Order: sequence, then C-alpha cells, then structure tokens
Amino acid sequence: MTLSLLVILPLLTTIAVLLCRGQYTVRLLSFAGVVMQLILSFVLLALYWKERAAGNTAPMLFVYRHTWFTALNIDYHVGVDGISVAMILLTAFVMVGAVLVSWKITPMGKEFFVLLLILSAGAFGFFISLDLFTLFFFLEVSVIPKFLLIGIWGSGRKEYSAMKLALMLMAGSALVFLGLVILYYAAGGHHFDMMAFAQSHPAAAVQRLVFPLLFTGFGIFTALFPFHTWVPDGHSSAPTAASMFLAGISMKLGGYGCLRTVLMLAPLAAEEYSPYIITLAAIAIVYGAFATMMQRDLKYINAYSSISHCGFILLGIGMGTRTAITGAVMQMVSHGLMTALFFATIGMIYDRTHTRMVEKLGGLLKMMPFIATTFVIAGLCSLGLPGLSGFVAEITVFMGSWQHPGGAYHFATILACASIVITAVYILRATGQVIMGPVKDPHYNGLADATWNERLAGILLVAGIFAIGVAPFWLNDLINK
Amino acid sequence: MPVAPYLLIVLVPLLPLVGFVVLGLFGRRYLRAFSGLFATGLVFLSTVIALSVAYDYYFISGAGPDSVYHSAKVLNIHWLSFGPDFSIDMDLLVDPISVMMAVIVSLISLMVHIFSLGYMKGEERYATYYAYLSLFTFSMLGLVLSANLLETYIFWELVGCSSYLLIGFYYDRPAAVAAAKKAFIVTRFADLGFLIGILVLSFQAQTLDLRNLIQILGPGGQSLADALLVPGNKGSFLGISALSWGLTLVFIGGAGKSALFPLHIWLPDAMEGPTPVSALIHAATMVVAGVYLVARLYPLYTATPNVAEIILWVGAISAFVPAVIACTQTDIKRILAYSTLSQIGYMMFALGASGFTASLFHLFTHAFFKALLFLCAGVIIHRVHSNEMKDMGGLRRLLPVTHVCFLIACLAIAGIPPFSGFFSKEEILAVAWENNPFIYAIGLVTSGLTAYYMFRLYFSVFWRKTPAHEGLHHGEAPASMKIPLIILAIGAAFAGFIPFSRFITPDGRPGEAPAFGLNVIPPVFIALLGIGIAAWLYGKESNRPEKAAKALRGLYTFAYHKFYIDEIWLFITKKIIFNLIGRPAAWIDRNIVDGFMNGLASATAGVSAATKGVQSGKVQDYAWFFFMGIAGLAILFIYLYT
Repeated sequence: MTLSLLVILPLLTTIAVLLCRGQYTVRLLSFAGVVMQLILSFVLLALYWKERAAGNTAPMLFVYRHTWFTALNIDYHVGVDGISVAMILLTAFVMVGAVLVSWKITPMGKEFFVLLLILSAGAFGFFISLDLFTLFFFLEVSVIPKFLLIGIWGSGRKEYSAMKLALMLMAGSALVFLGLVILYYAAGGHHFDMMAFAQSHPAAAVQRLVFPLLFTGFGIFTALFPFHTWVPDGHSSAPTAASMFLAGISMKLGGYGCLRTVLMLAPLAAEEYSPYIITLAAIAIVYGAFATMMQRDLKYINAYSSISHCGFILLGIGMGTRTAITGAVMQMVSHGLMTALFFATIGMIYDRTHTRMVEKLGGLLKMMPFIATTFVIAGLCSLGLPGLSGFVAEITVFMGSWQHPGGAYHFATILACASIVITAVYILRATGQVIMGPVKDPHYNGLADATWNERLAGILLVAGIFAIGVAPFWLNDLINK
Repeated sequence: MPVAPYLLIVLVPLLPLVGFVVLGLFGRRYLRAFSGLFATGLVFLSTVIALSVAYDYYFISGAGPDSVYHSAKVLNIHWLSFGPDFSIDMDLLVDPISVMMAVIVSLISLMVHIFSLGYMKGEERYATYYAYLSLFTFSMLGLVLSANLLETYIFWELVGCSSYLLIGFYYDRPAAVAAAKKAFIVTRFADLGFLIGILVLSFQAQTLDLRNLIQILGPGGQSLADALLVPGNKGSFLGISALSWGLTLVFIGGAGKSALFPLHIWLPDAMEGPTPVSALIHAATMVVAGVYLVARLYPLYTATPNVAEIILWVGAISAFVPAVIACTQTDIKRILAYSTLSQIGYMMFALGASGFTASLFHLFTHAFFKALLFLCAGVIIHRVHSNEMKDMGGLRRLLPVTHVCFLIACLAIAGIPPFSGFFSKEEILAVAWENNPFIYAIGLVTSGLTAYYMFRLYFSVFWRKTPAHEGLHHGEAPASMKIPLIILAIGAAFAGFIPFSRFITPDGRPGEAPAFGLNVIPPVFIALLGIGIAAWLYGKESNRPEKAAKALRGLYTFAYHKFYIDEIWLFITKKIIFNLIGRPAAWIDRNIVDGFMNGLASATAGVSAATKGVQSGKVQDYAWFFFMGIAGLAILFIYLYT
C-alpha cells in the first residue's frame, strides 16, 4: 500500500474544498474526504494485519523512500509499525468527528475546513515519517494552522491563547530541531534516518545531549510538567473541532515523538533520565488531577484532566518496560478518542446553553438525553470504568510500571494509581451538576437534543471507545506485533 | 472433569447483558411498556439456568469420586496481555462458592425485577430503570463467576457504576445525586487499595488466575509462598511481607464495597435510590461482594494470620457500631441500611475467625431476609408515601401479607429459631467463641441490639397506633409485588435447614453440620430480651421512648448523629483535601507555573522593546553608534597594547 496516500488524500480534499463554492458543497466535500481517509485507515489496518499474519517481521512495513534533498541527505522516507497504525486510526476517527461537529461553523466555513484538513495532513505525515527531517516538517504543518483556528474562530481570550499555544509549541519544535541537528552532525552519519539510528544508536555522549532536547521538545506537545500551561488556555479558547484535534491528536504527536526518541534514538539516555521523566509524569498526573478538581469551566476541566491523563503516557514511556510502553500507546489512542468525545459534547452543550460554567448548568439529561449520555460515557471513560478504553490503557500502564523493579518506581506507580480516585471526584462532581440535578435555568427546557451530524460524531467516537474497552486484545496485539 | 455441561452458565450473566444492551439502545423509544417484562423474562431464564447448573453441579457431576467438589473453568477468551507469559483471559469459574452466589444473585434479582413491575409502574424512565437493573445483574453475576482477579476487579467496578446509576436514578433530586456520587467515590477510594493489591500480588505471582494464585501463594504451595511470607524478604515493605500487603490492600477494596467501618458512610445515603434497588444492591448482593472477595482468597488469608486479625476486628467493629446507630434512627430504609452494615460485619468477622462456612451461610440467609425486609419497606413506603417511622403505625390490618412477611424476616434476622437467621448466626457465634471470647461477646451484644431495633421498627410500623388513613382502602399491593414477598418469606423461614456445610467448605470437602447444644441459649435469650424491650417501648403509643432517650441522652445523641463519622470524613475531604491540596494546586498552576511562562514571554518582549530602538533607520543614530564603536575599540586597543 502506498502510505503517501494518507497525506495526499487530505491535501487533495483541501484543494477541492478551496476550489469549490457554497457552504453545502464545502461541508460535503470535507466530510467525504475524512470518511475516505477513515476507510483508507481501515484498509491500512487490514493490510498490516495480513502482512504480519503472513510472517513479515520487518520493523516497518510498506516502506517507501525517495530522495528529497540530496545535499543534506534528506529523504522522503515513510513506513509504519503497529504503533503508527494505531495512531493513524485514531487520527482518522477524530477527524471525522471534528468535521461533523463543525458542520455549521461560521464565519468563513471554507477556510475553517481547509485549515482543519491541513492539520490532519500534517498529523498523518508525522505518523508515517521515518526520516527525522520529514517528521519535523510535518510536525510544523500541524502547529501553524492551529494558531489561525484559535485566533479566528476561538472564544474568550482567543488572541492571547493562540499566541501562547503557538509560542510554546514553537519553543518545543525549536528544541526538537536543535536535537535533530545535533544528531545529524554529532552522530556521525550526516543523515536524518530514524531507522538507521534505531539500528546503530548514537554514542552515549550524544544520546545524553540530545535526549533532554528531544524529550522536552516533544514533551511540551504532550503537556509535560511544567510546560503544560498552554493546554488549559489553548483548549478552552479553541473552537470545538480545534479542541478535538488539539487534545485528541496534537498532544499525541508529542507522545509519539517521545516514544520514538526513547525507543529508537536514545534508549541508553532514556534509561538514565527515567527517574526525571517519571517524577515529572507523576507530578503531572496527581497535580493535574487536583488542579482539575477546582475548575469551574467544562473546557478547563477537560484540559486539566488531559494534563493528568497525558501524564500516564509519559509515565509508561519513562518506565520503559514493554508492557508500560504498550500501555502508553493504548493510553494515547484511548485519551485521543475520549477527549475528542468530551470536547465534542462540551461544544454541543455550549452551542445550546451559551455557557460552559458548571454552576450555571444543570439537569441537561432531561432535554438532551443523547448529549448527556455521551458526556457521561466520556466521563466514565475518563475515570477508568472497565468496558471503556480508559481502563484497559491505564491498567496496562499500571501493570507495566509495577514490572519495573525499582522501589521508588513503585511509589510513583502508587501515586499514579491514586489519581483514579481524584478523577472520579471531579468527573462525578461535573456530571452531578451539569447532567443531573434540577434544571437550573428555565430557558434550558426548550433546548433540542443533538442533530444528526452531532449524533453521528458521538456514536463514532463512542464506538471507538467501546471497541477498545470491550475487546482490547486487538489493539494490544497491534502494538506488540 | 466434564466441562461441557457447565458451558450453559455463560448464559447466566449474558442474558441480563442482552437485556441491558437492548433496553439501553431501544428501550426508551420502542419498548417502553414491555421493557419490564422483557428484562424480567431474561432474568427468569438466567435464574432457571443458574438453578439447573447448580443442581447439576452439587448433586450430579460436581463432586469427584472422592466426593470433593472440584472447580472448572468455562470459556477462555484471551483479553489482554501484560508480557509474554502473563495474559488475562475472560473466563468463568465454576466451583461451590461461585455457583451458590450465582443462584442467590439471579434469584434475588428476579424477585426484584418482578417486584419492580408493580413498584415502578408509571415511572417516566421505566425502560431506563430496567436497563440499569439488567446492567447491575450482569455485572454482579460476572463478578461472582469471574476466574481471575483482574476480571473480578472489572466487574467490581461495573457493579459500582450500576450502583451509581441506580442510586442517582431520580436524578433531579439533589440528595440522590449527592448520594450516588458519595457511594461511587468512597468505594473508588477503597478500590484503589484493591488495584494496588492486584499489582502487588500479580507482580509476585505473575498470574492473576484465582486458582493459580492460591496454588502459588497459598500455604504449602511453593517456595515462593514461604519466601513472600517473611518480612524483610522479597517485596516486603516496612517490615510487612509482600503477601500481607497485597492481601490487606485487597481487603480494603472489599471493605469499601461491603461498607465496613469506617468506609460505611456511603451505604445509608445510598437509600436515596428506588427501594427495590436498595433490596437488590444495597442489601442482598453488591454489599456482600467484599465478603465474597475475602472468601474467594480465603486460603491466602488463612496463611497470613496478621491480615486475618485485621479482618476479625474490622468485622467486629462493623457489626457493633452500626447496630447502635440503628437503634436511634427513624427512617425505615436507613434502619435497614444500618442493619445491613451490622450483618455484613458478622460475615466479615466470621471469615477473620476462620468461619468460612458460617460466613457464607449467613450471606446466604441474609440475602433472603434482608431483601424481604427491603421489599416490605417498599410496599409500606408505596402505601404511606413517607420513609419516616412516625408516619406509620398500625399498618397490620392494611397490609396483612406484608405484615406477616415482615414479621418472618424480623424473626429471622433476630435469630429466633427455627427461622433461617438463627442457624447461620449461631454458627458464626460458635466460631467466634472458639476463636476469641471477646469477639463472641461483641457478637452476642450486637445480636441483642439487632433484635431490639428490628422489633422497634416492626412495632412502630405495624402496631403502636391505629392508622389515620384506615378509610382509604385500595387493597394492599398488586400481585407482582406480593408474590416476591411470599417467595422470599419462604426462603427467610426455611433456608436455615439447608445442610450448608455439606456443599460449601474451604477445600470443597463436605463437612459436618455443626451440632447445636446449650450454646444456643445465650443468643436466643438476648434476642428475646431485645424483642421484649422493643415491645414494651413501642408496642403501644406512649412516652416511654422519649423517656428512654432522655435517660441515655449523651449516648443517644452521639448515636443519633452516627458518631459524627460523616462529619469527620467531610472535614477531611472538604477542608483538608480541597482547601489544602486542590485549591493551592490550581492557584500555583495559574500563578506560579504559568506566571513563570508568561514572565518568560514578557521578558522576551521587554528585551525586544528595549533593543528595537537600535534599528531606528536614522542616519545620525547610526553615525553616532559608529563613532562610539570606533572610540570604544580605540580605548580597548590602547588599554590592551600600552
């Protein structure tokens, strides 16, 4: 299978959307594009399984390589393993949801969809890149449009938030780039080939030098403490679809980058630095959860809880046992789906009630049972209810973390486990006030439940959450084999 | 060992799951009026299958030639793997305990399903109610049949979730929402212990399969077991062995679900849920999950006497304290809730005192009489439209069937022969006597208190005064509500005659039924005394109760306010956790961490503002810089070279 299709298809859709007129055509084209992308992702999954079942044990499948810039040894080099396939599936799912919930976006619907599609092209390109330069290129593609999406269609202090997000993510990119340049020169190869680095790791001194740069750089994307502060402001000001992309996919770009750094580029340094990673991850998990407890705005609640949940990704990566890393990837997929669903429902609630403040909402279950139910499902997934994806991801991280023999590591694991109680507190507090309880405002009584496009988005994401939660073995095997 | 016959047991949890999925997706729109019958039909099938499997297991094929009951695993679905040779399968365990529990759960659930047909009739969210009830039944059956500890934990959480949904069923009542939240969070807090316990045990044993776990870690097992038991050895912490840690943590999980002291605070509040739900979840099935969990790992607990000691004392305190509180409460459902707490305490300390069979026997009989009490309370509340004891009185003529059933249940719980509770409680007390006379004394006193508060309730509801609403004669209750009462009353009256120790023993070997001798005299005497006092105080309308309360003023207020345990917890959560951790965390994040980031940004902006004047575009400025630069360099060179 030509992996490049994954990038070409969104770009073609973007061009088609740019060329056409009329709000309706724009929507339909964007929708058709993301649905085709989803189908393509499933085809990729099927083909990947077929290859693996046939006994192909190459580390990367469907590899394609083409020289891009000879002078600097930069190639367009793509290929996938189970982890990339999982991330691609996640991206495709979230994108369909994001397009569906932005169905009636105004003003400038066309520009909105164009930017969203470019973002997705960047994400897909990122997940298939095996050349570090192309990887970095796609990372940038999926940052800059976010600035515009928040600045133009956002709410609240949108200029401030857009600027903050862009600057912090750019700082992360700069660190990553610095790390890559050092790798390029100091590792002795004068190349950006990730697979070559994976086969013969850079010298220990180089690893020690580049690891903090790469890990912090990617870490900023995935809310590494204390560089997480763009998350609450960025998410809460972003329009619904951008929040979904931001939390669902963009934060996973960082996690994926950290994972590749640990596994392929600097495994030796990763082991040395693991106490620091784990400490920061444990802080993010517990501190993020406590900070969530005090939030009054639904989007802030989900943003802070994302900091806590992304801590599990970093914890798993930092622990470095095979099970913990599997758990980290599962958590990326699970958190992506869950948080996208959460932001989608929060957006639906906001569209109707024009508020996101917990104390102003109440009794939504009465007039919008569908939205309320999806909200509760997202919440239950967040607090790790078995049967939903959050549980399997977290338990795999916990089990894997405990397999690390160090005593202090057990302590970090216990701290991480303790967050399940705090999560329950803030999720149930929010649910109790927003979804249950008496109807706060008589105006809410006339509000309508979800429209067909919102329902479709909700059902899709909920289906993904259940597919992992009820039958986790497929994802587990996909990542491991 | 033939496995095929038990394959049918897969249907026992699966049918309610079908009910949940169908009603959850289509119930509200398409099945409205039929949803009750639909769910009840599925649970009925479940019950029939459970009974047939039980018959097959206990009487035909379960025991081997040595007449020892063996266990069998049914189904084997690879679910998740935690490493190359450590995977979690979804499978069901068929052994004496799980089959017994499956029968109880499905039977009580069926009774509650039938009862709800009448009780919840006309409710707007009728279909949703049955969907939740089916979800609970599925989860609970999955819990009792699960074959590995992680699977147990999975269903354990699902049970908690369905309990949350059902307590908060009347979601527009703030009290119900708060109670649901409290129940979930308190049990979640305890489940944290369970989870870490699982991590500890699995790390040491590299398996979570219950049978393997017991084999590997149990007494007389392998060298690993002996190694883990020694403090200071592998995995031990703070001088306590790894095994003790793991088992204590698992027990904490069980203590939360079973609402043992001091984690009991969620159960009385949980009475905000519909009454049939209280009967099913918060009396007969879910709250005994902790007892079940400890019984499941019983061989391991016997190997760690220090943990067994903890269980013994926690159980004894949990039996006694709620019984005292129950004597002062006035809400009928809350009295029953405290009585549930106390009875679970009995089951727990029996396990701590090596009374495996006695404990499960009491679990079995308690399921009948406690479910019956709650369903009777449902009829009463349905009729009087109040939960308060003062709004009742003299109802025996209005509700004759309920009256008889309630009386049977009261006699059973008070331990009056020949009702079921007598046999099981007697076994527990016998075990306690052998183990620790002090615990026996607590059990004995609690038994007297139990008789007192149950009959205090009985007399206040059915006797005391002539009812004000005698004229309104609607008939007692629909048949759908009366039939479950009668069936459960038969169980509550006669379940004690089942030779329980023939089927349920720690090692599967049929045991001897305990013989009753003179030792039955003290408990029965104390129970009769309790009933007598209750009759004297509450048999007729009088001011005796107030006088008694006044005489015991200090103790009475203390007990009436539930020993202020709720307030202590509230203080810890609201004052300490929210104010000392949550608020500072949120503040630090916005002001210090983010402030630092913003400071970095404004510092950058400041530097740029300060330096941007340099590039003004004015030629005279550049000439000035040029001149100054030359001058500066000249001074530098002169300084350096002279």
